Amino acid sequence: MVTTDRLSATFAALADPTRRAILARLAKGEASVKELSAPFAMTGPAISKHLRVLEHAGLISRGRAAQWRPCRLEAGPLQEVAAFTEEYRRFWDDSYARLDAYLQMIQDGTAEATAAGEPTEGPLDARDG
Amino acid sequence: MHGTDELGGLGVTTFDLPSDREVRITRVVAAPKQLVFDLHTKPEHVPNWMLGPSGWTMPVCEIDLRPGGAYRYVWRASDGAELTIAGTYEEIVRPDRLVSTEVLSGDLPPTRNTVTFHERDGRTTITTTVRYPSPAVRDAAVRTGMRDGMDASYTRLDAYLAGLEPVPSPDGNAWPLQEIPPGSKPSTDD
Repeated sequence: MVTTDRLSATFAALADPTRRAILARLAKGEASVKELSAPFAMTGPAISKHLRVLEHAGLISRGRAAQWRPCRLEAGPLQEVAAFTEEYRRFWDDSYARLDAYLQMIQDGTAEATAAGEPTEGPLDARDG
Repeated sequence: MHGTDELGGLGVTTFDLPSDREVRITRVVAAPKQLVFDLHTKPEHVPNWMLGPSGWTMPVCEIDLRPGGAYRYVWRASDGAELTIAGTYEEIVRPDRLVSTEVLSGDLPPTRNTVTFHERDGRTTITTTVRYPSPAVRDAAVRTGMRDGMDASYTRLDAYLAGLEPVPSPDGNAWPLQEIPPGSKPSTDD
């Protein structure tokens, strides 16, 4: 049910922040090209190009009846990628919450495990990034 | 480098797809990068935090931190389920960069994972980029994610979409994911 070509198209479409913003707008309801262009400093043709990419990926559809051809979100392909990325999110969000707490414990000096005996390149808090 | 140090504040994991076969996860922590690097690479530290959702422990954490050296993590859930990730270090530049291969439970070709640590103003941005070796491997991972996560993610699609950036930022590829209820567990592949 998931083809490689379609998934590649979905990933590629989602790899662009403008296209993600367009999808986020469409999640609130269908919109015209003009409405979609409003938040962006972009020409109509530039927005239309993004819309074609999204349409090709099956992430949006365009109405035929109305003159203004409203764009609407098609959740299916997004659902597939969302289920996939959810695996990462679940794991890393919870792990990083623990990392925050662990870092605080170590830096407060309440953990004796602080890189014990390990030579470091200098004071942990004094190095330029 | 790619502006990820501009992303998000503390306590927010951002997430995006930089290409058609990569996943990128970013988090900012309040600590210098040397310390953060060590917490990713020392077996006395990793099992204290790299645990995913509650209920999982890491009874096995083996790290041979040198180019060509192997690592192996085994997680165990309270119900006895186990998940193993193993791989090989390819590049180690303490405290800036770590490149390794990663195999999940031995049934897919390895991904290449690059972790960078970028420090500014006492905070470190951790950026993990997971690259799938081919679209086919990515697709297999997506299918696994669909099988294991479909029910949950259907109920969460609203939150997922709400986390998409409302407007584009100049250099941002951020894709914040938030508002997901805790309590789920990572997929066991078998």
